[in-house]
Amino acid sequence: MIWLLALTVWIVVTSAVYLSLSKDVFRCVLGLGLLGSAANLILFVSGRISVMEPAVVPLGETVLQNAANPLPQALVLTAIVIGFALVCYSLALALRLIQSTGTDDAHALRMAEPLPTDPVKPPYNGAEHEPAWPARSNASRQEAA
Amino acid sequence: MSVLAVSPVLVPLATVVATTLAQKHARLQTLLSFLGIAVFFACAVALVASAHGDAPAQAVFGGWGAPFGIEFFIDRTSAAMILITATMGLASLVFMGSDADTEPKHPLMLPLLHGVLVGVGGSFATADLFNLYVWFEVMLICAVGLFSMGGRVDQLDSAFKYFVLNIYGTLLLLIAVGMVYAATGHLNFTGLSQAATQLSPWVSTLLVGGLMLAFLVKAGAFPLFAWLPASYHTLPAPVLALFAGLLTKVGVYAVLRSMGDIFAPAPAMLYEALGWIAVGTMLFGVLGAAYHWDMRRILAFHIVSQIGYILLGVALASEAGNAATLFYTLHHIVVKANLFLIAAMIWRYTGDYDLRRIGGLYKLKPVLGILFLIPALSLVGIPPLSGFWSKLLVLQEAIAQGRVAWTVIALLVSVLTLYSMVKIWMEAFWKSHPDASWTLPATTRLWPAWLATVFLALITLSISLNPQMLVEYAQAAAHTLGGR
Repeated sequence: MIWLLALTVWIVVTSAVYLSLSKDVFRCVLGLGLLGSAANLILFVSGRISVMEPAVVPLGETVLQNAANPLPQALVLTAIVIGFALVCYSLALALRLIQSTGTDDAHALRMAEPLPTDPVKPPYNGAEHEPAWPARSNASRQEAA
Repeated sequence: MSVLAVSPVLVPLATVVATTLAQKHARLQTLLSFLGIAVFFACAVALVASAHGDAPAQAVFGGWGAPFGIEFFIDRTSAAMILITATMGLASLVFMGSDADTEPKHPLMLPLLHGVLVGVGGSFATADLFNLYVWFEVMLICAVGLFSMGGRVDQLDSAFKYFVLNIYGTLLLLIAVGMVYAATGHLNFTGLSQAATQLSPWVSTLLVGGLMLAFLVKAGAFPLFAWLPASYHTLPAPVLALFAGLLTKVGVYAVLRSMGDIFAPAPAMLYEALGWIAVGTMLFGVLGAAYHWDMRRILAFHIVSQIGYILLGVALASEAGNAATLFYTLHHIVVKANLFLIAAMIWRYTGDYDLRRIGGLYKLKPVLGILFLIPALSLVGIPPLSGFWSKLLVLQEAIAQGRVAWTVIALLVSVLTLYSMVKIWMEAFWKSHPDASWTLPATTRLWPAWLATVFLALITLSISLNPQMLVEYAQAAAHTLGGR
């Protein structure tokens, strides 16, 4: 059982990393969601796996013997909720990103870090990537008038 | 069980709710947010007082008792970090009252800002590994919210990069937490430190190594810091200062907590590796900064570089090293946030963040030039400023342990840091403005910005001129670390 799960985790992590390394923004987000599921599986396995035993301490004993430890299951529940929220958010973010830039190619997403044109000097970030400077907008307004 | 122990989470959380409900009324929202931060600050002072009086605040939830229920435990280290969190929150909120950032303020900005404080406060307060993961996620989701809130394309772009790389970090942490629980059966810090002594060396190397990998992504250590300089410069100025001060330091705190406290002494190989990572972080951070001309990007790379010094203190694996780490972290948070705030004021006066397009400010605003020099020279480590004392503490211990290579590189990096700071000063203040028609903007509302930056500079000066008090506190804090 544990080897089957280990194999599953291996396959899921591999495909998740492959997807999230993709230059397609949407695939990248899917990969992250998948990686979250793999992490949840690992967390789930950390508290023993047993199929049939109920998680009840037998009469006269003080520790849970063969049954699965319920604590990691509670942790997994928490992690699933958090992961779900993050995936929802990242999908919204990716959608907005694709809509406002018109591209889903991660190589083309260089708005925050423009590519250098000069071999030595760093590129100018661009005034459109800064808040509008009031004095400048006043001056240009006067010029227009 | 004390209510005070819960306050680092409860107070900002209540402020989040209050400011969200009041989002239609800007005035009321600002008032509530100041009220929240004032209460947070008062609670933080009380926490420091009780931790320093050897009565650390503690709370265990759900009636399970100490090693099983989720525990909040605030010792000297945590209390000092919580106090500095409250101070930075206050400075950032005061700065927000100025027009140094001219973008329209989103009504959800204040709730999310307090949300970040919830995450940071929770990370410092908790004594439970899984709970730490939860606070990391709280911090992450609020941070991405603040990144993408402005809606400019570069902000969305940087939000995406920040999000993807940080989610890798938190998922690594989740996996590492699962592994730690599987091996030890504990999540509570005290329980873990007792169980960790039973582990075989290679299991413990694997576990702590996994945790470290996750924390180092958060701390922005070499070679995992790519997300930081790629994204930070798109944030609005007051938020940027808060992030620069606090977020990476949570990762550093987690490294200190795990390698200097819970798993101390961890396998020697890990400390050795951490030391070289720290040296690489310093060096590559400062080289990145030397390349850039945008003030925010220079300073963002300097966050990375300074993280290296802080991690070096942990890597020395001694009480003096841990004390140096705590002292360095506290000094660095104040200085770094102040530099970003002053950079925003320079922008407001001159009209650009790029040093090639500005200048001539010293003639018109000499006081700002001098105000900039206080944190800038402190960052470099010029005596008698606070950076000198913190570097002295770290390097003294490094030399005492015979770590010559680390010391030499650390000193070289200070010189390069001086180069960057002098570059900003010469270009922004000393040289004349390249645009001859440039004049200072006629109307600015910068008094809150002056208030915040002078306040932070005064903190730096008071640490500089009287370091003994903080050094003693840090030594007392380091003394209690690792003694579970």
